Amino acid sequence: MKKQAVGQSMDRVDGRLKVTGTARYFADHQPEGMLYAALVCSPVSSGRITAIDAAKALRAPGVADVVSHLNAPPVPGYKADNPNPKQGLKIFYDDRIYSNGQPVAIVVANTLERAVHAASLVKVTYAQEVHKTDMDENMGQAFQHKNMKDYLRGEADAWKKAPVHLEAEYNIPIEVHNPMELAGIIAHWETPDQLTVYAKTQGVKSVQQTLKTLFQLPESQITVHSRFVGGAFGMGLRIWPMEVATILAAKKIRKPVKLVITRKDMFTLVGYRPAARQRIGIGATTDGKLTGITHEAVANTSPYEDFTEAIVNMSRMMYACPNVNTRYQLVPLNLSTPVWMRGPGEATGAFALESAIDELAHQLKMDPLQLRILNHADTDPEKHLPYSSKYLKEAYEMGAAKIGWQQRSQTPGQLQENGWLVGYGMSSGVFSAGRGRATASATLKADGTLVIRSAAADIGPGTATAMVQIAADATGIDAKKIEFLLGESAYPEAPRQGGSSTVSTVGSAVNDVCRSLQQKLGEMASAGIPAFKGVKAENIQHEDGQLVAGNTRLDYAALLQLQQLPELTVTTTSQAGDERKHYAMYSFSVHFTKVHVHPATGVVRIKHIVSVADSGTVVNTKTARSQMIGGVVGGIGMALTEEALIDHRYGRYVNNNYADYHVPVNADTPPTDVLFINKKDPVINPMGAKGMGEIALIGFAAAVSNAVFNATGKRVRDLPITPDKLI
Amino acid sequence: MSQAPNENPSCPGKRDKHEARRDFLKQSSALMALALTPPLVVKAGEHDETIAGLFEKMPVSLEVNGKAYQLSVEPRVTLLDLLREQLNLTGTKKGCDHGQCGACTVHVNGQRINSCLTLAVMQEGKKITTIEGLAQGDTLHPVQEAFIKHDGFQCGYCTPGQIMSAVACIREGHAGSPEEIREFMSGNICRCGAYDNIVAAITAVKQGGHTV
Repeated sequence: MKKQAVGQSMDRVDGRLKVTGTARYFADHQPEGMLYAALVCSPVSSGRITAIDAAKALRAPGVADVVSHLNAPPVPGYKADNPNPKQGLKIFYDDRIYSNGQPVAIVVANTLERAVHAASLVKVTYAQEVHKTDMDENMGQAFQHKNMKDYLRGEADAWKKAPVHLEAEYNIPIEVHNPMELAGIIAHWETPDQLTVYAKTQGVKSVQQTLKTLFQLPESQITVHSRFVGGAFGMGLRIWPMEVATILAAKKIRKPVKLVITRKDMFTLVGYRPAARQRIGIGATTDGKLTGITHEAVANTSPYEDFTEAIVNMSRMMYACPNVNTRYQLVPLNLSTPVWMRGPGEATGAFALESAIDELAHQLKMDPLQLRILNHADTDPEKHLPYSSKYLKEAYEMGAAKIGWQQRSQTPGQLQENGWLVGYGMSSGVFSAGRGRATASATLKADGTLVIRSAAADIGPGTATAMVQIAADATGIDAKKIEFLLGESAYPEAPRQGGSSTVSTVGSAVNDVCRSLQQKLGEMASAGIPAFKGVKAENIQHEDGQLVAGNTRLDYAALLQLQQLPELTVTTTSQAGDERKHYAMYSFSVHFTKVHVHPATGVVRIKHIVSVADSGTVVNTKTARSQMIGGVVGGIGMALTEEALIDHRYGRYVNNNYADYHVPVNADTPPTDVLFINKKDPVINPMGAKGMGEIALIGFAAAVSNAVFNATGKRVRDLPITPDKLI
Repeated sequence: MSQAPNENPSCPGKRDKHEARRDFLKQSSALMALALTPPLVVKAGEHDETIAGLFEKMPVSLEVNGKAYQLSVEPRVTLLDLLREQLNLTGTKKGCDHGQCGACTVHVNGQRINSCLTLAVMQEGKKITTIEGLAQGDTLHPVQEAFIKHDGFQCGYCTPGQIMSAVACIREGHAGSPEEIREFMSGNICRCGAYDNIVAAITAVKQGGHTV
């Protein structure tokens, strides 16, 4: 038998394309006759457009058109009756301005430079209205979304009666995904009712469905290409208004149009992690048993759409605690709509809960690691179900040993190295391990190669590489002979890449389609190959890409050749059964950090990071490690530097670029140890793999703030932990 | 850095910088005349705007990945946009267009620069290397090999810039320690956070004693 492919640190199957510059992202395509677009965006944050003077722009060299609400082709989907008044921003629909940076016109020209220049010549006048962008000034507007009900287990606010308790507020600013690749789209109406787009998306099928609804075209007339995506972190989970604007311009001009937005516009057009104000009340007995947790959160949304996420959910189920109540509300502001950003709401919530646990441990004079172990949930306290697998205690132990947790001082501010204060911190993370529904096709060719197709995405984790490994084990065919193709709407249905579920969902479909293929080959051999005559298909074994019955062995490829078939294709749909009724399924992470804090300047330097993942089977140890260190780097930004700042006088971002909105650079990141539990989950899917993308980041910011407290005795409850908050 | 000579004896047909500047001045005068024309006349001759496009271009000769190009480009075109939109060399990426992220890093006469921060017309006589020109045929450059082996990327978008920067970082003698590499690679942002692996890849090449 061949060595198992799953669990190996195989190089990425598309690595060569990525290191040679031949991987083609959406903007790298250039359909014949393509024109370039540039946006004109609103400098006011609320109001109406009173006039658009495009005459000067239209006279500029090479300009094809200026499209706005005054002359855009209609979007049939916008006219459909929708009982929900908050159905999102209808681009170029009317004269309303809801937020600063909202696109008001799109200029199309035959070169990029001409489009950009002409956009500066469009004169728009506005009737400005009063805008609201300040979260704190508008907390009175908070409302409860109908899908986000209060939660209560046991007694409400029981923490207040506990002998040891505390209440604190934790604030998170707006954070922006800011993937390296600028967003945009190439839109091409090949005929008046045949639309092709090159998109930056986490789900080609999802884009196809949205366009189907908006333009009321059959699926077969919408093609979405998105093979390579230059990072997304959630911003590619939906289609954005400026993409529709480009499609409208292309429709009007009848030529392919490319839009690549600016870095500045990445702050206003493609979502962000909403700002959140959270309050935690937590109480315990004097020996550290939790008796009550109250977690209330208020996050912002846009005026025209309610965005909700799972900010308070971790508090309901992370710890064994008899009394828990949560509340989650939204405040509409004159900003664009937020969207899930890596870790999503759980990362926001984990900062509050895991900071509060650390604060409680300090009050109890207890090691925060011991407090967590003492309140470990052996069964899911929210769903009252056993876990499909949970190795959190092992993860705590592994991480503590690796970082040298025993060197931590229980009293803050005790350790120093070279004049810097030293602190150790830790936190936990948890995220639902999901499995959705996906379809894959497998095409075995007479030369022995296997091509598997599914409309999955790869925003960076290495989807195709993992799928090839899963298929190699399922079929026994050498990984080098297997190709996995994704990112095309023409392929069999797959969900968006999000919520840490691609390996679980698409991997299961790949596994299952390989089994179907083997079954089909067995039937063919049983029916048509003399050597297998009389052997029932189900009794034929499969080993290393061969059919085996007793001493008879036949290569899959040879079977196809004997049957004179150039290729054989099978398609299989795969989804979870009713496991979720019987088990609670979660991935867990534990983060440990060692930080240095400069006593005079307040500068925080993370010196060492240990992150442990309990995510079931690790399909590829190399790419999984990359995913974990990537989440950690995102967490460093969340903890120390990232904050999108608005000048509320204008409702406008003031640091909307990479020089002022600080994402971590190489020198900001210390050596990181990633440890895997790497034990198969027996329930979730055939591979036993839970998700990893979110837990890599969830909780990390608290591990930093807890370490900063340990170093300095200063508790920072407002992210990011900038030096001014420590001096 | 040595200046390109004004006259290139081995290439007599090649235009020197002064000649190019004279042409630019002539074109500028034409543009000036156009700008001074009364608005009504301009309005009457809207099509002249298209013609004006022709006057707005300048000749530039440069070499990209060993191939010589004689081009006519608008002075406002950045080297990055020239590579991507006119020469179809889309390996070089645009991440910010403001010199803040390094995704567009290329080598000009052997030095790493942000191609979004330099104009194409400034590259007269320069030798430019992009990610597409790094491998020798099918044989990858050692840094490219190391990035694959050490998984120095996830989405791959910043990778061409990281690799061009990494090659220069080693050549500059700035790859002596992980700390030094982190410092001298901090002009290249990787939002997927592959920094640890990028450092490992560069260290491996440096310690492997490869000629880069």
